[in-house]
Parts: sequence; C-alpha cells; structure tokens
Amino acid sequence: MKIHEYQGKQLLKKYGVPVPVGIPATSVEDALAAIPKVQQDGGTDIVVVKAQIHAGGRGKGGGVKVAKTRADAEEAVKKIFGMQLITPQTGPEGKKVQRLLIEQGLAIDHEYYLGMLLDRATGKNVVMASREGGMDIEEVAEKHPEKIFRLTIDPATGWQDWQSRSLAKSLGLSGKPAQELGVFLRALTRCYDDMDCSMLEINPLVTTKDGRVLALDAKINFDDNAMFRHKELEEWRDPNEEDASELEAKKWDLSYIALEGNIGCMVNGAGLAMSTMDIIKYYGGAPANFLDVGGGATAEKVTAAFKIITSDPEVKAIFVNIFGGIMKCDTIAQGVITAVKEVGLKVPLVVRLEGTNVELGKKMLADSGLDIVAAADMADGAQKAVAAAKGSK
Amino acid sequence: MSVLVGYDTRLVVHGMSGSAGSFHAKQMVEYGTKVVAGMTPGKGGFKVPGLEQVPMYDTVAEAVTLAGANTSVIYVPPPAAADSILEAAAAGIDTIIAITEGIPARDMIKVKYVLDRDFPHVVLVGPNCPGVITPGQCKVGIMPGYIHKPGGVGVVSRSGTLTYEVVHQLTALGLGQSTAIGIGGDPVKGTDFIDALMLFAEDPGTSSIFMIGEIGGDSEERAAAFIKEHVKKPVAAFIGGQTAPPGKRMGHAGAIISGGKGAAADKIAALKEAGIAVSPTPAEMGKTLAKVLA
Repeated sequence: MKIHEYQGKQLLKKYGVPVPVGIPATSVEDALAAIPKVQQDGGTDIVVVKAQIHAGGRGKGGGVKVAKTRADAEEAVKKIFGMQLITPQTGPEGKKVQRLLIEQGLAIDHEYYLGMLLDRATGKNVVMASREGGMDIEEVAEKHPEKIFRLTIDPATGWQDWQSRSLAKSLGLSGKPAQELGVFLRALTRCYDDMDCSMLEINPLVTTKDGRVLALDAKINFDDNAMFRHKELEEWRDPNEEDASELEAKKWDLSYIALEGNIGCMVNGAGLAMSTMDIIKYYGGAPANFLDVGGGATAEKVTAAFKIITSDPEVKAIFVNIFGGIMKCDTIAQGVITAVKEVGLKVPLVVRLEGTNVELGKKMLADSGLDIVAAADMADGAQKAVAAAKGSK
Repeated sequence: MSVLVGYDTRLVVHGMSGSAGSFHAKQMVEYGTKVVAGMTPGKGGFKVPGLEQVPMYDTVAEAVTLAGANTSVIYVPPPAAADSILEAAAAGIDTIIAITEGIPARDMIKVKYVLDRDFPHVVLVGPNCPGVITPGQCKVGIMPGYIHKPGGVGVVSRSGTLTYEVVHQLTALGLGQSTAIGIGGDPVKGTDFIDALMLFAEDPGTSSIFMIGEIGGDSEERAAAFIKEHVKKPVAAFIGGQTAPPGKRMGHAGAIISGGKGAAADKIAALKEAGIAVSPTPAEMGKTLAKVLA
C-alpha cells in the first residue's frame, strides 16, 4: 500500500522525525487559506506548493512550485490544483491533481538521499544514504555505487546510534547536523519497524543553513501482508489513486492489476497468471489484466472475478487458465457459468482446465450450453484467445 | 532416493483443526504421508473429523516426544505463523514447511535470524509455498498428488501453480520426479534456489533438474552462477513474468520489478550464460528438459 507525501510526513512527525511545517488541502479554497498560516508558522514568506499524487518525478512535470510571495503561491495553487500532471511514472495520460501540500520553504545547505528497504539477499533491512540527494538515485547507484553508503540493521538490536555516527562521517557531517542525524535516524528506523514499512525513502533529506536535518520528501510503502496490524491505515487510502476494478477485486480478495491489452485473463496462482500473460504476448496478443483468483476461491469469488474482467470495455476475448490444486476445476466451472448467466457473454471465452476434478469441470461447461472454446493445454488456449481477440475486433 | 521428505518423514500438522489444515491433512494421509500428529494450541485431545486416528496436541514439543514427529507443516493463519515456525524449531523439528501465505516480512526477518543463529541445522521451506513432494513416498503441502510420478527430475520453483504445470508436462513425457520443492514467492524465505540445488546435486536419485524462477530479486542470477560452478547434472529453467510491467506487485510479494532490478531478461541471460536451457514459454517447460536429456 502507498500513501501521499503529506500523509507520510504526518506519520514521520508522529515518530519525532523532523519535517517542514506544512498543511495539506483538498480544494483550492483550503490551499489558499493555508498559505498565510504556513508563512506565519514557518517564519518565512517562502512556501512550496506540492502536488500530491502517488507517482514520483512531480517536480519535472511542473507539480512542485517554490513561491517567494503570497501572490506567487496563490497563482501556483490555482495552476497546479486540477492539472493533469504527467511524470515519468504516471504514464502519458498523467494524473489529475486533487490534493496539495503547502509547505514552509527552507534555507537548504545540502540535499542528501536516504532510503530504507529490505535486502532480500540477507533477509535484513538496510539503510542507504548518499550525498547525491534530490536526483535520480538509481542513476547514482549504477554509475557511482561507491557514493551510496549501506548499513544493515541487526534484527536483534535494531538500528544503533554508532551506525548514525558512522553514516554522518561518511556523509561528511559533523557538529550539530551530525547529532541531528542521529535523532532523525533513531525516529525513522523506529517508524519503519513499528509500521511494517516495506520501503521508506527520504529524497531529499536536507541540512539547513542553521544546522537542522529534515525530511523534505517522504515516500512510504507498507507491507500489504501486515495490514491486519494497521487497520488505521485504511483511512489513508486515496480511491482516486487506485483503479476502480482493482478496488473491487480487493473487496473479493482477488489479486487483479489492469493492463493495456484486450485479452482478459483469469488464472489461479501468481506465477501461472504472470506466465499466462507471457504466453499471450508470445503468440502476438496483449493481456488486459493480471488476475490471480487464488487457491481457495469459491464459485462466488470466481463469478466476481469474471464480472471484473468483463466490465473492461477493451476486453475482446477471455482466457481462463486453471491448474487446479486446492482450487477445484468444478468450482471454477460453476463460477464461470453463473457469471455468464448473470452478465452475458459478449466476447469469445476460451477455457483451459487441468488438475483436481478436471473431468467434472469440463463436463459442467459442456453441459451448460454456453458458447465456450475448450483448450487442450496452455499453448492451445493462448493461441485460441489471441485469434479470437483479433477476430472480434 | 529423495531430498527433504520421504519414507522417513513423520509429520506434525500445525493448525490441523482449521479448515485448510484438516483438508490437506486428509489429502496427505490419502497420499501415504505418515501424519503422526496434529497441533493447535488449546485443541489437545480433540478429534478432527475424518482424522480421528491422528492425535492432536497443544504444543509441538508433545508431538515430538509423544508421537515422534520430525517434520512440521504450517497451515496457521498469518498473524500466528511466524510464532509457530519458531515453536517447531525449538521443539527439535528438523524440517519445517510453511504453506501459510501472507506472513509479514517483519516477522519473517526475525524468524530467519533466529533460525540462522540458534538452529542452523533446521531446514525451513517457504513460507507462501505449495510444499515439498517426493512422488510415491511422501507429500507435504497442498499440491495435487496425482500429477506426479516417481523418477529422476528434481524440481525447484518459486511459483505454486507453475510447479504443477511443469510436473504435469514432465509426467506426460514420461519424466518422473525425485522431489519437487516449492520454495515460495516471499522476499524473506527459508530454502532458496541454491540450497535446493545443493540438495539435488548431491542426491543420487536426482539425475536432472528443472528450476522455475520469476521476476524480482536476484536469486535466479545467483543460482545460475552456482550451477555453472557446482552442478554437473543437466538443468533446464523457466522464468515467469517476462511481460510484467515494472513497479506492480503481481500477487507474490517477491514478484515485482523495482528500479530496473530483477527483470526477466537479466535472469534469462544469466541462466543461458551458465549453459542452462531456458524454456521460451510456460507450455514448453517439459519439452525443454526432454530435449536436453535426449
């Protein structure tokens, strides 16, 4: 799960991580009213107007504006709110800006990069930092790996103060900023652990002319598996940032991701679902979605999955690819039949069934009288689905 | 011959009174697995319908001392699963197979740390995996038993249903399996490719290996380097997620391309560079190995 920058900063602040003074707004009026308050609380006329969307690269797309006066800030608010913000991460259609963060301007001395994430090779969390902040850290990692400092967190002790001192030394910090970094990191690592973060990126982390250390940006992702421990985060979901079909799928505990193609896929198991996308592409088609119905799905869940697929107007053919283990083929057949009876079938449906209760499942589909194309195996099914999608264009 | 599970396996089922636990315990008993005990805290002495012959205990320690269990399979729900894995290790279980999907990474970091530190001899498989099967001898997990056939191919896979797919293809071609290991798709897990490959390399009953990887992480690349250096037996492979868009989590917590790392193309290149035959599509996995063996 992802959250907005302003939500991330509220969370960090709660843990004692220093962040600039800021007020979020969900309308132009609120944003305009926030400007003088931020100017007053921040002790400077300079404010930053920041578009709040889940994609990165907002600055390059014109979604971040530093304003020296109240009039400039008001102009920026009116310009950015409601704009279709296009960044390298939004895709060409961009994303509509419906939330803003009005933030205190800072007299920045230097920008650093700071990130925390899980190192899968060791099964431990790491803190990464670099003097090359504010820019594309992946580029730094590729061209100058020696400029990124990594420290592993011991699961038994957690982050230690000596690690902060070591990192300060590597980053060339001393005196007050070095001490502030220690406070910053103690709070940040506690937040990461407490909140089951899967990724926490502060880019940039800044030092100010008066020796303070603050998080100027915050990108936080949470471990979806740990959401049962953090029910409060559900309120932070922004439905505007999530695909409607993906939200519906979530309700049914289905793993669904909308894609650009025109062949709807219903598969059990993540690996098989990804591979089904692969084989459709291999035979010249394009998948409309990734959909894993999971292992223990009921007929109702399968019906819901089928409805989600058919609600996509781009879908020109459907490929059901099931290898039943725990998932029984007759359950899939029942779900498909019910769904087709309820919502109708406007595009060709190719079904490949294998595994537990396969004969029963095939018989149910054959007896249903529905116009279903049976596939002998995965390759046969993919080719038939690709041909059907081309034929029905 | 086989690895991890076989005729000597004496299994305790964690969470056997639950719906998944009881369903799969019955399937395992039917397959011939020696299910010697069930375990659910507070359910000691309980008779699970259809499994009345299997004694239920409150603790793993009782299953070990009273029923002689040496292997655990975990069907416990995610919030309590990490605790259950550590209980098994502390009770003296050697092989722990965790089926549970959805265990928080924070919990697994601690489990892995404690196992490495205090129980280095314990083998953990999973979590979020289909389990391990030695065809004809012992099935521990949730895979459909009937698609398997005893033979010489060692199978190791990050994906559940793709494992069934390759096993089905191999069996149809007359290529039986020594042991099939589902290592699971989670970012923090027990047995990884290299651990499984080491077992297969040393197992006299395994004459060739099929490996299924997927996008995310770099364990396939490390496995390729290991194979090149240490594995003399023929190996074929497949990588799932070749067309997955970056930044999207495809069901498995592990299957995500982030920051240009873990793309299928890099993994396939590494495997090929190590002399491993890579199946172009998931429909040709069996054939790809058969061609290598021909």
